[in-house]
Amino acid sequence: MAELTHLDRLEAESIHIMRETVAEAARPVMLYSIGKDSAVMLHLARKAFFPAPLPFPLLHVDTTWKFRDMYALRDKVAADPGVRLIVHVNRDAESQGINPFDHGPAHTDLWKTQGLKQALDAHRFDAAFGGARRDEEKSRAKERIFSFRDRNHRWDPKRQRPEVWANYNLRTNAGESMRVFPLSNWTELDVWQYILREGIEIVPLYFAAERPIVERDGLLLMVDDDRFRLDGATPQMRRVRFRTLGCYPLSGAIESDAASVEEIIAEMLTTTTSERQGRAIDRDGGSASMEKKKQEGYF
Amino acid sequence: MREQDGMELLRFITCGSVDDGKSTLIGRLLFDSKQIFDDQLAAVEADSARHGTQGDAVDLALLVDGLSAEREQGITIDVAYRFFNSARRKFIVADTPGHEQYTRNMVTGASTADAAVLLVDARKGVLTQTRRHSYLARLVGIRHLVLAVNKMDLVDHDRQAFDGICADYRLFAEQIGVPDWTAIPLSALTGANVMERSSAMQWYDGPSLLEVLETVPLDTAADAAKPLRLPVQWVNRPSHDFRGFAGQIAAGTLAPGTEVRIAPSGRTTHVARIVTSDGDLDEARAGQSVTITFADEVDCSRGDVIAAASAPPEVADRFEATIVWMAEEDLLPGRGYWLKIGTQTVTATVQRPKYEVNVNTLEQLAAPTLRLNAIGVAEVATDREIVFEPYAAEGASTNKVLGGFILIDKLSNATVACGMLHFALRRAHNIHRQHLEIGRDTHAVIKGQKPAVLWFTGLSGAGKSTIANIVEKKLAERGRHTFLLDGDNVRHGLNRDLGFTEADRIENIRRVGEVARLMADAGLIVLTAFISPFRAERAMVRAMLPEGEFIEIFIDTPLADAEQRDVKGLYAKARAGELKNFTGIDSPYEPPEAPDIRIDTTQMSAEEAAELIVEALLKRR
Repeated sequence: MAELTHLDRLEAESIHIMRETVAEAARPVMLYSIGKDSAVMLHLARKAFFPAPLPFPLLHVDTTWKFRDMYALRDKVAADPGVRLIVHVNRDAESQGINPFDHGPAHTDLWKTQGLKQALDAHRFDAAFGGARRDEEKSRAKERIFSFRDRNHRWDPKRQRPEVWANYNLRTNAGESMRVFPLSNWTELDVWQYILREGIEIVPLYFAAERPIVERDGLLLMVDDDRFRLDGATPQMRRVRFRTLGCYPLSGAIESDAASVEEIIAEMLTTTTSERQGRAIDRDGGSASMEKKKQEGYF
Repeated sequence: MREQDGMELLRFITCGSVDDGKSTLIGRLLFDSKQIFDDQLAAVEADSARHGTQGDAVDLALLVDGLSAEREQGITIDVAYRFFNSARRKFIVADTPGHEQYTRNMVTGASTADAAVLLVDARKGVLTQTRRHSYLARLVGIRHLVLAVNKMDLVDHDRQAFDGICADYRLFAEQIGVPDWTAIPLSALTGANVMERSSAMQWYDGPSLLEVLETVPLDTAADAAKPLRLPVQWVNRPSHDFRGFAGQIAAGTLAPGTEVRIAPSGRTTHVARIVTSDGDLDEARAGQSVTITFADEVDCSRGDVIAAASAPPEVADRFEATIVWMAEEDLLPGRGYWLKIGTQTVTATVQRPKYEVNVNTLEQLAAPTLRLNAIGVAEVATDREIVFEPYAAEGASTNKVLGGFILIDKLSNATVACGMLHFALRRAHNIHRQHLEIGRDTHAVIKGQKPAVLWFTGLSGAGKSTIANIVEKKLAERGRHTFLLDGDNVRHGLNRDLGFTEADRIENIRRVGEVARLMADAGLIVLTAFISPFRAERAMVRAMLPEGEFIEIFIDTPLADAEQRDVKGLYAKARAGELKNFTGIDSPYEPPEAPDIRIDTTQMSAEEAAELIVEALLKRR
């Protein structure tokens, strides 16, 4: 029998983490953001618990500003009878009209961080899976697979639980919770190779196509609906794709011809920029931006 | 592209002392293997100008020190995991801190590593930290060690400097039994001998660091050759027709038809199927997460271990273990902690350590307890038998899953220690519980009552003994068989050897708990009046007794009231400093969070309280 490959080992580790969470947490949930990492997590979860349906719901913290293609895939996933999807919209952010054009960092804080905290509190979830990977960002590289959060969802990098072997401590007191990152040890390339190997469906925006683009602050932004403020600009059709997906006015595209997973992998092997380079929200607050967001409860 | 898919994965750690250049080396590996993207490099260049230590040059160390506190102080606080790959392998590297106070983080990083790269500064040679980190790597069971003699550019690439360090290290490696090591002269700063062999050191004809990392053997092959061990994580039961057992195979292989024994019960059956969403598998091996079904309907649940029928693992409840203490609060010998091993979680107590290891000198020192970052050897007792294997058997790779455990504080839920089991203590095998012909039920029936332990807890002077005495009198009037265990009286006899330190108080309560349990077995209603200040110990006694027999009664008197009454004059002494470790004054009292009965003595008399307790007791079914 052949040695396990690195993808085999990563898959086995992620499944182990998910099963451990379901065995020990009282109310687990999987955060589902519709991106490629979410797609891989969902696929792994189906494998981990087959033939049983998913033993937890999916939670989409909806900012209402996602790409239309993302909503289409989300609704398709939710149509699966084995999946229970909870969509949470922060009504405070909605009533205040918070949007990515006028409110900058407050948009992410209110819609995503506060929205997530509201949803976790409302359903009393004590463990939430997230698709974060340690190769994404420097403070992620320092975070445990099981990331303890206090009653206020705060992360304290100096008080992390030692994570020895694959022996995880999931115990929490009332109100405290765990963020669980089954993809911690995966890289962006691993994710793409796994999507290729397993034939996982992803949002078409990851593949190159002609799309209406406005260039702003060095980012190539796609005009996805009529809420986009053109401010006199005229969208140009350009052949682009996305490496990460978030709110459409905050997600920068890259010029690319890669129209299949194989071509994306080939492109990745020669690229010179990181995945998060196109993310406007990473630019708020300098080089420790993610660390600060996480301390406040961002996933 | 397809080659990438089939590559092996090696996990390793880098360690060494503070300024040996670990972060720089990792930065170099990432940079030279082209895993640094332009935007990340631009960020590092900007950071270098602010925090860098390399003048105008880019400080590669800043690529890995990700937390703001780390960048400010120029040190590594916590383990960082980094990724890169070569043409032959993928790598996950854990960058572990060099500071002595972060021993726990080094152990954390080492626990999942196949190999360790130990950095030594060519100018400084083998230091205390070199020895400590070698010892820790060996302790955790890393079998392949690379001695990276760094900063060779600062000693003019001198061969003698390198040879001298190798000779020093060879002596030490023999002393602690490092099984397999390779020394490489290199410079993380210039990249010499990191990815490729450097022309600056023509005299060196060994491999580059990358070449070693690409060829170190992986332990997974060795794990697959061992007898089957599959700790059951989760029972998959979507319908009445399907009952699958899910878990990650720790060792060995299995296939449909494999005969297995379920530990600890010892039942045997055969594997029927290995179920996956892509169809059944013909075989599975160590490292895979699987779901299997059995040929027979046998009892099996989370915590059980599915094992090779011909070579099942041991079962025991007393062990010798090496413990790495990881919490700010010291180990409390005798206190119950959660012990998690594989998928089993039980209550465990640790005895006073046999010795602590000075990791700098490797001396064995006497130690009453273990403090943060201490490593010691002690006896561990679990409250029920667990399935285990020795962590490290001579000549074999480690049994991390069934030999490595963590200890969890029962109140804060913090992970306070990790440990490695050496062997079961024979006593566990030789002391068998005596089967009694007349059981506790018979005793209770003869006495015509349901046994119970009424556990009064509260501050000194709260009124515990007073109320307990009245309760006992009322029960006697109703013809109940009772016995009152009083704190002061027990300390005159059974527990006269115990003082008032935290450890002694825990032992005091443990003994009282055992006596109360025996008396309840005899069919009595036992009343106890002890301050019993810690929740953990009250929970320990509750766990000794059958469900519902432990009734926690909180005599809730505010400290000010108890102090004002000061029946025995003890508060006055404590305030005067004549009495140490006095509860409420210089020692904490942890009130019950959900007592079975709470008596507020500011609201009712002792007589009323006693009546209320008796009523509650007799109403019980």
